[in-house]
Amino acid sequence: MDLFLQQILTGLANGAIYACLALAVVMIYQAIDHFNFAQGEMAMFSTYICWAMIAGGLPYWVAFFATIIISFVGGLAIERIIFKPLHSAPVLSHVVVFIGLVAIFNSTAGAIWDHTIKTFPSPFPDGSFAGLIGLHEIGMFFVTLIMLLGIFGFFRFTRIGMAMQAAAANPDSAGLVGIRVGWMLALGWGLAAAIGAVAGMMIAPIVFLDPNMMLGILLYGFASAIVGGISSPGGAVAGGFLVGIIENLAGTYIPAIGSELKLTVALILIVTVLLFKPNGLFGKTIVTRV
Amino acid sequence: MATDVETRADPRLTVGAKIPIKLVGLFIIIGAILPFLLGGYANFQGTLIMIYAIAILGLNLLTGFNGQFSLGHSAFYAVGAYTAAILVYHLDWPVYVTIPVGGVVCFIAGFLFGLPALRLEGLYLALATFALGVAVPQILKSSHLEGLTGGVQGLDVFRPPVPEFLPLTMDQLWYYIAFGVMLIMFWIAWNLINSRTGRAMMAIRDNPIAAKSMGVNASLYKSLTFGVSAFYTGIAGAMAAIVIEFVAPDSFTFQLSILLFIGMVVGGTNSIWGAIFGGFFILTVPNFAEEISTGLSYAIFGVILILVIYVLPSGVAGLVNLLRVRIRKLL
Repeated sequence: MDLFLQQILTGLANGAIYACLALAVVMIYQAIDHFNFAQGEMAMFSTYICWAMIAGGLPYWVAFFATIIISFVGGLAIERIIFKPLHSAPVLSHVVVFIGLVAIFNSTAGAIWDHTIKTFPSPFPDGSFAGLIGLHEIGMFFVTLIMLLGIFGFFRFTRIGMAMQAAAANPDSAGLVGIRVGWMLALGWGLAAAIGAVAGMMIAPIVFLDPNMMLGILLYGFASAIVGGISSPGGAVAGGFLVGIIENLAGTYIPAIGSELKLTVALILIVTVLLFKPNGLFGKTIVTRV
Repeated sequence: MATDVETRADPRLTVGAKIPIKLVGLFIIIGAILPFLLGGYANFQGTLIMIYAIAILGLNLLTGFNGQFSLGHSAFYAVGAYTAAILVYHLDWPVYVTIPVGGVVCFIAGFLFGLPALRLEGLYLALATFALGVAVPQILKSSHLEGLTGGVQGLDVFRPPVPEFLPLTMDQLWYYIAFGVMLIMFWIAWNLINSRTGRAMMAIRDNPIAAKSMGVNASLYKSLTFGVSAFYTGIAGAMAAIVIEFVAPDSFTFQLSILLFIGMVVGGTNSIWGAIFGGFFILTVPNFAEEISTGLSYAIFGVILILVIYVLPSGVAGLVNLLRVRIRKLL
């Protein structure tokens, strides 16, 4: 029983990582209706920027918030410069550009900051709660919850959040009532990049910083978003924790999986959920008209 | 006055386009002479280009002609390669037989993975294949399969010596084998696309709902296309394993998927022969990019990829077609 409890707690701790990134995935999906395959690499790049600032002598929190702002502007710029001309281009073009961005960020980070693994500081004190779960994980859990509440409030109670939803749901009508649809998209990109940056900075103390740190985690972020429902931020966070727990329990109790086949768990989760409950556990059903 | 007012369908649609025999003949002659002009290493690289071209052609059939995405074709490349390697290493099969076997195993794997694809549209399929591409190296490394796959160490594949009656080096021999396989695969793809099946594939790409209401069994064709695409990639993977004489999990990472994807986009998603250029591109540009700046080769790839989407959405093949039309107008 102890082992079981411990695995659940470890699962929750890992789940916090996935929930963080899943939020960013959902955010961008809400704004642009696409999965951003470059999300992980963007978050990784932001984390490197933060690392460079801390290494340059800035205090943690200054670097933290500066990174968020830089990432926001960066996300905005990516939409305005790269994606705006491709607005009506087919899905393939978008996927191609995502892949291009993955390659660019990954390779540039490696070239600037080399490929050695770096440690990244945590803003939370060392130690653990009753020896079961680290304080950093608990802190990360709360950061994720704060972000979730922030996103919820933003979409529910601010004009600009409502406008973003309108722009995503029905661009033409939104444009007719005076919403600047293009800028709403850009804003969505900016916010997703900022959330991704927070996720990256929260994850890096655990998995260490290197240019390839995000590939596996992004897969789990996608799995969480899919399990929870791609249209629901709350679902994505719940999905994140769920995936974390499933991953750990499967690793412990199914001997064939162990610690080596964890990525396969994500693969199986994604395919299974898409097959049997394509809208996820908490998502809304979307009907297409002919 | 009853006259025949119905316009006739474009004959290319009913009869099928003709293979441009002169161009293909020229291509075959050049391809056949090249190994005697090039050195051993260039031969080897030429072989790899053709292998990549076959894999990219598989991806092309899937994306360009059927409108499905795959970011996980490195997985099928790996399955093909490992099938060949395991058959040769553990069971001492002759290498030549393992190439089609690798393809068939991949066809089955692709068809089975494509079955869920009935449910997954566009981006969701890209996502599922992304997961497949990321997960496969880890599966290959797994200790449960170590007896079969050799784990992290990988497996050696030994090629038999060149038969004595052939005045060729090992590199030349495999260049010709790859060349022959490539021609056959391209011929099959050409016939496939210019057939009833090919038209159904393209109808599903262009308007799935219309295709379904015309009686096209969309789910069957989509899974079959996925299987055929995996078949091509598996053949390429098996040949790569034999030519390189080695397989290891880290040769089949997600980056290989990206590479094949880049080759497809740059060559032109809608063109069969664009795949050859795609293969050429992904083999030569990394070397070239390394010379400009070490470590940045993938960044340069990324920039080229985005530029291609802006200025050449139909790839190099599209550019050549455009130029041909322009020149014809001038003459």
